[in-house]
Amino acid sequence: MAAACVTLSVAVGVFAVSFGVGSVSAGASVTQTCAMSLLVFTGASQFSAMSVIGSGGSVGSALAGALLLAARNGVYGLSMARVLPGSLGMRLVAAQLTIDESTAMAASQRDPRLQRAAFWITGVSLYLCWNIGTLIGALAGSAIDPRAFGLDAAFPAGFVAMLWPTVRTLRGRLAAALGALICLSLIPFTPIGVPILCASLAMLVGLPAQRAAT
Amino acid sequence: MSWWLVIALAAGAYGFKALGLVVLGGRTLPDRTLRCLALIPAALVAALVVKDTFSVGQHLQLDARAAGVGVAVLAAWRRLPLIVVIVLGAGVTALVRAFG
Repeated sequence: MAAACVTLSVAVGVFAVSFGVGSVSAGASVTQTCAMSLLVFTGASQFSAMSVIGSGGSVGSALAGALLLAARNGVYGLSMARVLPGSLGMRLVAAQLTIDESTAMAASQRDPRLQRAAFWITGVSLYLCWNIGTLIGALAGSAIDPRAFGLDAAFPAGFVAMLWPTVRTLRGRLAAALGALICLSLIPFTPIGVPILCASLAMLVGLPAQRAAT
Repeated sequence: MSWWLVIALAAGAYGFKALGLVVLGGRTLPDRTLRCLALIPAALVAALVVKDTFSVGQHLQLDARAAGVGVAVLAAWRRLPLIVVIVLGAGVTALVRAFG
């Protein structure tokens, strides 16, 4: 578990560096970029918000898309509530660490004590790596010309990496294809950021009852 | 950029986390709702990929980024590590931009 945790933290640190670089090149200051990682601490939402801002979208549309992506952490919280008993204070701290990775690492353990340990170790080490990586990226990003290094493609490349685990199932692939199609067809006709919001309608492919398991 | 985005996103993101873990606790939601919520990342992240690859503001545009992201897709498909996917995506974009 410790080895898996270290590997994961390093990968997340690298991801955070690319967030830092992308965020400052999208127009945020180093302080804002770091504040976002410290306070928001959920990667996909941060990337999404800065991507919309970077394209010239409004704060409202950047926020709405990012919050839709953050909603899944609520679902993780539901499943982690059984794993994490304890005082209200501890649970309020644990809430900030409830993200994809900490939930997945905890869920991969059988014993409740190990589940708790996995959650806290993963959560705390990712929090550190995510914030150190963000700071490095933000400082580097404000020192170089991002376009010359192709760093405007770092966001979509990062999104590609994020997309991969979500399209393992047939429904995931359908939702992704539909989301991409909705977004592309709306870009010329709606304000920036709105196509991303509308793409969330593709989640409705989850409505029909499960038939063929994929 | 506005600080409001940072503050509102921080509050909202923490709100969702605490709603699940602290407020609702161990309750379960209907399967249908859970399935739809689980599909949000696939839909939105795919939309973000195409937006950041093929558009500038409200215009669709095919440029060096498409080559870089294409290579990133190949790298992700070959299960190369995250850092390789990102560095290849950015590197190929920079090369195509400089020499293309």
